Amino acid sequence: MDAGDGGVNAFSQAIVYLNDPYNWTRPNGILDLLVEHVRISVLAVVLGALVALPLGIVLGVSGRGGGAIVVLSNVSRAVPTLALLTIFAVTPLGFSEASTVLALALFAVPPMLTNTFVGFREVDRDVREAARAMGMARRQVIAKVEFPLAVPLIMTGVRTAAVQVVATATLAALVGGGGLGRIINLGFGQQDYGQIIAGALLVAGLALLTEALLVVLSAALTPGPQRFSLPRPWRRQRGAPLDTGASAVPL
Amino acid sequence: MLSAAGDVLAADAAPNPWFDVHYVIDNWDTILGYTAQHVRLTVGAVVLGALIALPLALLARRTRLLSGPVLSLSSIIYTIPSLAMFSFLAPFTGPLSATTVLIGLTLYTLVILVRNFLTGLQSVPADVREAARGMGYGSARLFVQVDLPLALPAFMAGLRIATVSTVALTTVGVITGNGGLGQLIIGGFNANFYRAEIVTGALGCVVLALVADLLLAGAQRLLTPWTRGTAA
Repeated sequence: MDAGDGGVNAFSQAIVYLNDPYNWTRPNGILDLLVEHVRISVLAVVLGALVALPLGIVLGVSGRGGGAIVVLSNVSRAVPTLALLTIFAVTPLGFSEASTVLALALFAVPPMLTNTFVGFREVDRDVREAARAMGMARRQVIAKVEFPLAVPLIMTGVRTAAVQVVATATLAALVGGGGLGRIINLGFGQQDYGQIIAGALLVAGLALLTEALLVVLSAALTPGPQRFSLPRPWRRQRGAPLDTGASAVPL
Repeated sequence: MLSAAGDVLAADAAPNPWFDVHYVIDNWDTILGYTAQHVRLTVGAVVLGALIALPLALLARRTRLLSGPVLSLSSIIYTIPSLAMFSFLAPFTGPLSATTVLIGLTLYTLVILVRNFLTGLQSVPADVREAARGMGYGSARLFVQVDLPLALPAFMAGLRIATVSTVALTTVGVITGNGGLGQLIIGGFNANFYRAEIVTGALGCVVLALVADLLLAGAQRLLTPWTRGTAA
């Protein structure tokens, strides 16, 4: 088949695939897989956040562990997600949603940890001092002054982690897991371009939607007037004391 | 753990260690072959990405009008999952071809590098460039002798991030059968969950990423001797 022709055909076949209601509603159809994908992703992000946010706050407030966090985020960049997904699938946990969720949660930790840490570290020393001088207790300073100021960066971490988890949950299908990646995997197995592209459109759409939703959510959660400013590419806006490049990794 | 030899039944699970030196020795050629493919894809993607990113970054610096779209387009490419990216390319470049993987990986390195190159170029102080131009530097000489040395740390940082994350990402190429060491990961999975093969592939990726990072860090030290001078 002519390659260029195949490309255009594939997209029209994908539209046909996506237009067939049966493909959506049948058991293990798009809707089932979508629900599964979202469930796995939400569980992984929540699990990761339960570890990363408290740890990030404790380390950020005390200002310790910066070096360890940098090492962690660098090493996590070098470990392929596919490897971890596969390794978890061959542990006694076996192919279960639990092993996928655990593997993805592990990858959700570094971006949230790094950004939470940096968020607390970056709070202006003068502001902290002023709050103390006004008679606030240490705990009040953390809850009422430092935390609100750290929220934008914490949310950047959550957004990065969530988009990464949604994207990498796709890979679970390569090792017998569920989620929307199955459509792509099946498409490659059957050399069915239409199905491949349909799966890719769904996965990419879900990732972009996640990003957009979390941008809105973090704008809503950010206190103060700056909340309505559009998010700038994060790399430029933060003169962070650490290189937090972990948040900027393709998935 | 293996129990005493006496009570291992034929029906029992065969030993499935997490790592096996014999596996590595017996399959050395295969491992080497996949490693070579992994290196080829990574180096290819980073070099191609850099060659495309540099002119883009230079253009984007020139006009604010361009830097906005370049940066937002690159955020969108970031967000597209790699498996989807390879899928979009497959009908055009073939579902079983390494070109699909190479182009996909290049797009990601391109995105990382454009940002870092642009950050580096923007960090060159305007008055330094002004002074060089006043001294009669042409634009090519200005780039090579002023911009490049001053932006080099940011350039190298970008290359390191791009290389390390490409090493990890190449594994997803298994969907096309061209995943470098990823082939071992999936191969072991498909060979009745053979852990030694899976772990060898995974460790290989990590080692490859660390070696690449060290090499680039070394290159950076060699290329920017003046930064060492100030540190000492």
